[in-house]
Order: sequence, then C-alpha cells, then structure tokens
Amino acid sequence: MTPLVSIQDVHKRFGETTVLSGMSLDVRKGEVICIIGPSGSGKSTLLRCVNALVRPERGRITVSGIEVTAPRLDPIALRRRVGMVFQQYNLFPHRTALQNVMMAPISVLKQERREVEARARALLAKVRLQGKEDSYPGELSGGQQQRVAIARSLCMQPEVMLFDEVTAALDPETVKEVLVTIRELAEEGMTCLLVTHEMGFAREVADHVYFTDRGVIVEHGPPAEFFTAPRDARTREFLGKLL
Amino acid sequence: MTLPVLLPYRPPPPRGRLDDRGLAFAAFAVLMVAGAAHAQSGAATESVLAAIWKWVPLISTGFGLNILISVIAMGVGTVLGLALGLCQISLLPPVRVGSWFLTQFFRNAPWLVLLFYCIFMLPFRVTVLGQTHEVPNWLRATIGLTLPVMANVSEIVRGAVQSLPKGQWEAAESLAFSRFQTLWQVILPQCVKRMLPPWMNLYAILIMSTPLASIVGVEEAMTLTRGALNAERRGDLLIPMYGALLLAFFAYCWPIARLTRLLEARNNVRL
Repeated sequence: MTPLVSIQDVHKRFGETTVLSGMSLDVRKGEVICIIGPSGSGKSTLLRCVNALVRPERGRITVSGIEVTAPRLDPIALRRRVGMVFQQYNLFPHRTALQNVMMAPISVLKQERREVEARARALLAKVRLQGKEDSYPGELSGGQQQRVAIARSLCMQPEVMLFDEVTAALDPETVKEVLVTIRELAEEGMTCLLVTHEMGFAREVADHVYFTDRGVIVEHGPPAEFFTAPRDARTREFLGKLL
Repeated sequence: MTLPVLLPYRPPPPRGRLDDRGLAFAAFAVLMVAGAAHAQSGAATESVLAAIWKWVPLISTGFGLNILISVIAMGVGTVLGLALGLCQISLLPPVRVGSWFLTQFFRNAPWLVLLFYCIFMLPFRVTVLGQTHEVPNWLRATIGLTLPVMANVSEIVRGAVQSLPKGQWEAAESLAFSRFQTLWQVILPQCVKRMLPPWMNLYAILIMSTPLASIVGVEEAMTLTRGALNAERRGDLLIPMYGALLLAFFAYCWPIARLTRLLEARNNVRL
C-alpha cells in the first residue's frame, strides 16, 4: 500500500542554520506517527514542510498523491487535505468558537452554511465543548481553545492531521483533555502525525515513533521496542533525561 | 531584611470626571476671550462680544469648509492609504518597494509644501465630456491634504498588519485560505481595533492643519476671520477673534482626542 504521506530525504536551511539534513519517513493511512526529540532538532520544521508552510530545498514530499515539493504546487489543494494544529492554538480571536470552526469550510470549500454548521456543532460536541459555541477564544481556557482548534481543522474533513507540540503551552491539568481528544481521533482511524514531548502518550497511542536530533532521524521503531530497548546512544540519553 | 521584589503594576488612580475637566477648559477659554475683550474695549462704538457675534455666521460657514475639507481628505486618504498599506505587504517585490517609497515620500514631506505643490500643479480647470469645469481652490487644497493622510494611513495599516502574531497567518494558510481571504477575513478585522486610535489621531491632526489652506487663499474659517478683522479695522478685536477661532477648533478636536484615549484604554485592557 502506498503511504498517505511520504517524506524522502528532505533538507532545509534557514540562513546559516541547517535544520533538516535528509529526513525520510512514511505515514500509511490510519497510522499514528509520533516524532520526538530535543528542541531545535527540526521536528516542527519537518511537520511544516508537509503542508507547505515551509518549502524544503531538497527532497520530495507527497501527500495523498499531491507532490508537495513540486515547484508549481497548488497549496490550497494540498491544505484541504491536511489539517494542522499549532502549539499556540492560533484561533481567530474576533470570531466565536463556532465561527472559527465554520469559516474555512464555508469560505474555502464553498459548502452550504447549514450543513457546515451542523457538522461544526457536532465536532464541538465531540471535543466536549458543548455550550461553548458562542464563546470567544479569549473566554476559553488553553485546553478548550486547543480543542476548538482541533475541531476547526477537522471540519475541513482532512485526510491527515498534523499536531505541532499541541500540549506544550498548556497547563498540566488541561494537557490530558487534549490528549484524550487526539487519542479518540486516532482510534477512529484518523491518520495523525504528531510532534510531541508527551512520552506516555506516544508510547500508548503511536504506531511508530521517530527520534530526531540535529536534523536527522536517529532512530525509529514501534513504541514498545523504541521505549524499552533504544539502540542509539543519543536516544538513550534523551529518554534517560525524561523517563 | 526585605528582598528586592518587583511591585505589581497598579493602574494610576482615576482622574477627575471628563465633564468637569471639559467644563474647566471651556470656562478658561471663555474667560480668556472675554477678558481680552474687556481689557481692550475702551469707549468703542460696539462691544467686542457683539462684534464677534456679528461675524459668527460667516466664520461658521468657513469652519464648515474646514470640516468638509478634512472629511473629504480623510475619506479619500483612508481608502487610498488602505490600498497603499496593503501594497506594502504585497508578496511582489516591485509593488512592495514602490508603495513603500510613495508612503515614505509623502509621510516625510511638510504638509504646507504639499499643499502649495498641489495648488500649483493641479489644473485650474478640467474638461469633462466637452464641458469645462473650474477646479476650485479648496478642492485642490483638499487633494494636497489627502496625500499625507494617505501616506500616514498606509503606515498605520502596515503597522497593524505586522503587529498581529504570525500564527494567525499560518493558521489561516493551513486552513487553505487564500492570501486575499486571509487578509479580508482574518487579518483586517483584527486590525480595525488597532488602527482606530491612530486613525482618529490623524484626523485630529488633519482638521487642525486645514487652516493651512488659508495661505493659498481658500475661504475657510481662518481666511474669513482675517477678512472680518480687516473689515472691522479694530485692533482690540484681534486677540478675541483669533481666540474665538481657537475655541471653535478646540471644541471640535477635544472630544475626538478624548474618544481616542478612551478607545486606546479599552484596547489595552483587552490585549
């Protein structure tokens, strides 16, 4: 089966700093992939390359048959298929939770308002935010905002979801509610690519774990193997500091 | 021993009520005008206040022209400035550089010089559909004032757009919004609140600059006041008349300044 997301030998530099020096990974449909690694190891940049927020210098990325690294990429066609959730939520503060979720399907996909609203309400209920539809982002907690952001991405009915350290800015007690939401999503078969520092979550939910350091993938494997018997010294050191 | 700690920020104590201070200002101004009038009126034929009162209707029409000039210059300048400001954040380098240059050029030019420039550069009459129309002086002056307004609005727009967190752009982009949709639906609505106080500030500066048009012969309040003084030929009227004009401008500008402050304070609370 061809992978839904395929990343091959991707290189990226910002000025003098090399951020990615040849990363490759595949994500098959329905898989949950976790990328872990020290900060500055390039994992967020890799994620941003997948929906063309960052354009790599070298390498090839395809998502659901779309060549992301093609010079004449239609970014809008790509981003309809790829949802992304950010560390800082990035909700639109001038719109209510419900409007945040409804905006893109109406404006971009030109779907009918009534149908979109029904879907948006269902999604907000699914992320346990019933009753918060008319709240503005500023009135919601970090965890609630992040769940709105997840619902907002899902309302575009993407084929793959990217999560960029989505719990890193949250209070410890609200981290769980967001992780529960992602886990449910994964269990429903959504293809997910996560950059995370939540080792426990990666261990329980991921099908495959990648460890990155200084722009390369050092080691990868199924979580059971990866966490219990890491082969590389750098992985052991990193996990040793955390666990 | 006490440890050096940062004291929490406390807002300054509320000052006197706005109305009280407004009244104080007004009382001061009236006293100023009346006092000057009293000191200078000897056994003149007509009391100073009566003389001023006589000219109020004429000078008011002049003040109306000041307001008209400012409203037109502000309206047109805002529309042009919005376009120019958006060009400043264009992804096309020639558009960006060109609009940046225009903005800088008109923002760093003295308003009076621009006014003279437009008065003499613009045609005195234009022919539209075979009919020749005079272009009145005041209209050319208005165009002269529109240019700096445009440039300043352009900077206000650019500044507001760039003050928004980059994450807003990224979120909109990753939801497949086009650049235009992102600007129109996500960025600009959030900018309006940020742009409003500097924009109102600019308007206050503009209305206070409209008497510059008197130098090029536009019959606005300043010109008419001077004309009235010439007609009266009374030295004791000089200070009271200009004082009354100052008062008129103050009465118009001060509420705008207060409202601007109010909006700024409210924005600070919400940010």
